[in-house]
Amino acid sequence: MEKFQTLTSTYIPLPIENVDTDQIIPARFLKATDKNGFGDNLFADWRYNKDGSPKADFVLNNPTYKGEILVAGKNFGSGSSREHAAWAVAGYGFKVVVSSFFADIFKNNALNNGVLPVVVSPEFLAKLFADVASDPQATITVDLQNQTVTNNKSQQTESFEINPYKKECLLNGLDDIDYLLSKKDLIEQYEKSK
Amino acid sequence: MSTDSQKPSAGKTLFDKIWDAHTVSTVENGPTQLYIDRHFCHEVTSPQAFAGLRARGLKVFRPERTTMTADHNTPTINQDQPVSDPISRNQLDTFDKNAKEFDMPFYYPLGNKKNGVVHIIGPENGFTHPGMTIVCGDSHTSTHGAFGAIAFGIGTSEVEMVLASQCILQTRAKTMRINFTGKLQDGVIAKDLALYMISQLTTGGATGYFVEYAGEAIRNMSMEERMTVCNLSIEMGARGGMIAPDEKTFEYVKGREFAPKGEEWDKQLAYWKTLKTDEDAVFDKEYTFDASQIPPMITYGTNPGMGMGITDSIPTLEAIDEAGRISFQKSLDYMGFQPGEKLEGKSIDYVFLGSCTNGRIEDFRVFANYVKGKKKADNVTAWLVPGSWMVEKQIREEGLYDILTEAGFALRQPGCSACLAMNDDKVPAGKYAVSTSNRNFEGRQGPGARTILAGPLVAAAAAITGKITNP
Repeated sequence: MEKFQTLTSTYIPLPIENVDTDQIIPARFLKATDKNGFGDNLFADWRYNKDGSPKADFVLNNPTYKGEILVAGKNFGSGSSREHAAWAVAGYGFKVVVSSFFADIFKNNALNNGVLPVVVSPEFLAKLFADVASDPQATITVDLQNQTVTNNKSQQTESFEINPYKKECLLNGLDDIDYLLSKKDLIEQYEKSK
Repeated sequence: MSTDSQKPSAGKTLFDKIWDAHTVSTVENGPTQLYIDRHFCHEVTSPQAFAGLRARGLKVFRPERTTMTADHNTPTINQDQPVSDPISRNQLDTFDKNAKEFDMPFYYPLGNKKNGVVHIIGPENGFTHPGMTIVCGDSHTSTHGAFGAIAFGIGTSEVEMVLASQCILQTRAKTMRINFTGKLQDGVIAKDLALYMISQLTTGGATGYFVEYAGEAIRNMSMEERMTVCNLSIEMGARGGMIAPDEKTFEYVKGREFAPKGEEWDKQLAYWKTLKTDEDAVFDKEYTFDASQIPPMITYGTNPGMGMGITDSIPTLEAIDEAGRISFQKSLDYMGFQPGEKLEGKSIDYVFLGSCTNGRIEDFRVFANYVKGKKKADNVTAWLVPGSWMVEKQIREEGLYDILTEAGFALRQPGCSACLAMNDDKVPAGKYAVSTSNRNFEGRQGPGARTILAGPLVAAAAAITGKITNP
């Protein structure tokens, strides 16, 4: 997994609530047996017409907005446990998703793929949407070590929460399997005790 | 996070008891290393996990604790023939190759008599027991919570963790109890209760929580009805849902192929009987609903929280808080509905009976009982998909097959089918489907498809009249 420390980037606004994993990556794209290429189908049904041409009114097709940060309405990633949603977000090139609320499984899946979910207050989120609408060059800075997120246009900063273990994993680019494999003796002890 | 109960002075919840009994260790300031008793596995969310093992040169740590079935990406006709879509076929072949290469003893491919929807074959074969920890790369794993188990959906990285170590790192969820006092009215069933609850709590209302369902209406339910309720826990964001085991639970499990036998049964049963929330336990959140006030339910929007009584009207725009209005309007535009509109009597095109939510024998009994002696509406295409071959066999043995056939319905072969439309069972764009499945998301049942979630009774009524009908 890639290390994550700080990131300053312009951002792409998606002010829709309850964006579910079927929107992030529709089920018909889940037939692959590897993790590659899902970024091309991120938000496929919002992004492409039936003939595969881009829908002009969808934000990912609007050249005004660019960046490695996706800012989305509350309850992002609800629905299915498909990690393909996290692979699609990561595969497109996003390193951070900012929202006022995330669904649990998506949050775990994102963290397991080096994508940082940042929870902000509804007011902070509303300001981000307003600021990027007036200035698409507006940027956000995310500092994982200090657990802060800054709207550089309005100069507002909020702190965000992250499990200390997951924070260490992201800062160092480690994953859970490495940890679990180091605990095999404990697992065998546990099994014997039952 | 401490592994000790965070409420040392109070008793323990059912969730706490099972969680603590499966805690192997706790990462300092981090998640719990939780031992997993049973892992269910299907073809869509596992190939990258097996590939990960291969890349690390690992074996499956405890192959006997994993049950594998192909269900999500499988056809529901002509299963004896090669799968026509080459990409789907490759996924099924990969699943097969993984099962064989890693010596997985409980593998039920297409065509096997134990094949079927993962959350249906688990309980019916006796793999699911009270007190277990159960995971699967599928968010509806919460179904197994009906037996008094901690059961929840995981991502593929976590599937790899379980295959590699039979453990998972997981942050302890907060606890919630939802009580249903009183009795459900006649003609109101478990699916209605669940859709009602989700409409009250919203699609993210239980995020971060593990839910225990309790109260008279839950106690009165059969095991299959309880599975329907627990199945839908994720649709309000919950990590999982569970119901304390009782005599109905033990009766259901007893004698099934992989249930404990003899002395082991007695030993397990004694333990299972201790699995209930202590009277002085405190939940982080608690709700109480009067079950007798719940009507037959349908959804009108594009998430399962957008539900209402079948005779009610869609909320007006003014009734929605301002931040949510864009999403609400977008949702109704997709569905082709207006704010304030009534849906009863509205014409529909498809009916889908099946899925891990409502693909069990009792669901087919409810449907068949309603359509007996009636005829399917000509304007309706109906897909009746048993959850497993065992359910299919029972449909035939009980004479339901003949009732359904006489009423103009055909039976398909088991699988997830139109619930997520990974196979050819796709509802065409713009068409309305009354579905007994679990999600009405945009495009869930096919690009542009419009899903109205309901229980098997409302689905049966719609199939007969061709309209949204109060059964």
